[in-house]
Amino acid sequence: MIEEEFDAIVIGAGMSGNAAAYTMASQGLKVLQLERGEYPGSKNVQGAIMYANMLEKIIPDFRDDAPLERHLVEQRLWVMDDTSHTGIHHRSDHFNEAKPNRYTIIRAQFDKWFSRKVREAGATVLCETTVTELVRDGRDRVIGVRTDRTGGIIGADVVVLAEGVCGLLGTRAGLRSMPKPETVALAVKEMHFLPEEVIEQRFGLNGDEGCVIEAVGTISRGMAGLGFLYTNKESISLGVGCLVSDFAAAMESPYALLDAFKNHPSIRPLIAGSEVKEYAAHLIPEGGYKAIPQLFGDGWVLVGDAAQLNNAVHREGSNLAMTSGRIAAEAIVQLKRRSHPMTKRNLSLYKIMLDNSFVVKDLRKYKDMPALLHTNSCNFFTTYPQLLSKAAQNFLRVDGTPKIDKEKATTAAFVKARSRWGLVSDAVRLACAWR
Amino acid sequence: MHIVICIKQVPDSAQIRVHPVTNTIMRQGVPTIINPYDLFALEEALRLRDAYGGEVTVLSMGPPMAENALRKALSYGADRAVLLTDRYFAGSDTLATSFALSQAIAKVGETFGTPDIVFTGKQTIDGDTAQVGPGIAKRLGLLQLTYVAKIASIDLAAREINVERRCEGGMQLLKSRLPCLVTMLEGTNEIRRGSLQEALCAARSQVVKWSAADAGIEDLTRCGLRGSPTVVKRVFAPTPRAEKAERIETAEKTPRDLADELVAALFTRQPELAHELAFNNDA
Repeated sequence: MIEEEFDAIVIGAGMSGNAAAYTMASQGLKVLQLERGEYPGSKNVQGAIMYANMLEKIIPDFRDDAPLERHLVEQRLWVMDDTSHTGIHHRSDHFNEAKPNRYTIIRAQFDKWFSRKVREAGATVLCETTVTELVRDGRDRVIGVRTDRTGGIIGADVVVLAEGVCGLLGTRAGLRSMPKPETVALAVKEMHFLPEEVIEQRFGLNGDEGCVIEAVGTISRGMAGLGFLYTNKESISLGVGCLVSDFAAAMESPYALLDAFKNHPSIRPLIAGSEVKEYAAHLIPEGGYKAIPQLFGDGWVLVGDAAQLNNAVHREGSNLAMTSGRIAAEAIVQLKRRSHPMTKRNLSLYKIMLDNSFVVKDLRKYKDMPALLHTNSCNFFTTYPQLLSKAAQNFLRVDGTPKIDKEKATTAAFVKARSRWGLVSDAVRLACAWR
Repeated sequence: MHIVICIKQVPDSAQIRVHPVTNTIMRQGVPTIINPYDLFALEEALRLRDAYGGEVTVLSMGPPMAENALRKALSYGADRAVLLTDRYFAGSDTLATSFALSQAIAKVGETFGTPDIVFTGKQTIDGDTAQVGPGIAKRLGLLQLTYVAKIASIDLAAREINVERRCEGGMQLLKSRLPCLVTMLEGTNEIRRGSLQEALCAARSQVVKWSAADAGIEDLTRCGLRGSPTVVKRVFAPTPRAEKAERIETAEKTPRDLADELVAALFTRQPELAHELAFNNDA
């Protein structure tokens, strides 16, 4: 029995799902959004940095009432060994603009706000409701969903799967496969609470300014991974992430990595005296362009993490999620306006539009990066960081050694560690993957 | 049949901590839930509606955020939700709360039909007083059935209700007339999961919001802090006593011997008590 018919059903109330539901509802479509968590945001985990431009395209005046923590004025990229960090920092007053470009956010609060916007736009949002099955007709078209609540089928012309990285439903329905361990990273993070003024002092921030530290090096113990520290208003989000396959092969525990990161002499003073009130873990799709599954079919589309849309090199995920959700919704709205059925052929419009956006263009640019970092992770994440630290110390320490000897020693250390051929090969491969 | 059930949004006391220095309750970041006893009452109300027909109205007094608790109640299948919210209610103790709620129930009766049964939970887990239910009953002149474990049956024609009431050392089977007020105990049922239809309905329905004026409350001096004679002078975490309890072995002794032994032990510890009793007996 069909309980009710909708133009579109969105599964999941994360960034991509909310973007899709909002866009369709505000264009007058009858939208139902289903979320398994107690409230939107209760199950969602991100670092989190939110990129304004992609949200502006959905809700232009979001700054009026969205719960934003700090706008970012400073980025620090650190290469770390066990005792040191060598960094490139960029800080600019240009980031103190009227409409800043990047913000730290806390997803539990942000998603509640986004979901309120979705409801205000006219969508029906149902929480604590898990979709158990995609319902298909005799010709294999998706025509609705079944949930874990008693009752019949909810029908829809199109189902937007915004169910997140694991994609249990899409996988069960055979629309995509389970993500492979080498294409997903496991990130763990903690929320360290500190008074606002302490955070401002420690990071040299005024008012709502924020700072980001991202670190690579021996903290990931040879695995392909990253440590991060984001300043919120009254807390610091701090975490590390590495590929799941690396964790498995190295028999490393995520919490041990996080503990080591927290106790690193460069990080420890930044979080001293804080109170940990929250910890979380999440999988991040890192397979890049080559891991993107089929994105559309008869009566369905995949968006966001469920479509593996994540730029691991630039640590961008939520903006790809929002954008894919919006573009899928716009494609659906266009088809609906022209009274075209939601067939696989017609829904390919979504793929065409997405291919023309930064989402797929960026992922295509870095299509070889995941493979490179995966196969050569030990060199990039341990050997080079250690060499760099030694080189920096050698350069800075004044001990009567002639400078020419110091430079020779540094060069020799690089050659000894990687050989001339190895150095050239690493450089060329990195350049190729970046290009 | 029209059933009104009063619920309260409370901090999840399982997750509350007491500040080690100031001894005050740290509410920050503690999730809110529907008072667990109220959920037993709500489930009982929904069961009665399903069995005998009618409507269930959920009523809550609280800040605007209490709307979430009412939305949840709707998703379980309640037919209507009313939130009594006004800054005049801030700081209410049990006296002021039962006053405001009883006025609102009267207004609910006028607006949506006179209730046959008013439910509350036995008590809330944040205040633990168990006074608001009886307070409402008294003000509305309703018969009250407290500590009810189960509603056995209702005879709508005869306007009678049979309940199981837990009391010290046993269970009472009570019969009462309708309308009445029931305060529910934990244990005999568990809140249901609303059907898809009910959840859809809840997602779309509006919570009715009433101010003091909307609820027909004229005497604001009986509301909120002004209407609350209770004063919290101090909050503290009790420290357990250091001394150990004395044990009296019961093996092979008659109750009479045990009583004698107990009295003797008390008199040894508190000789002045013995003198006082002896004096009274002489007199």
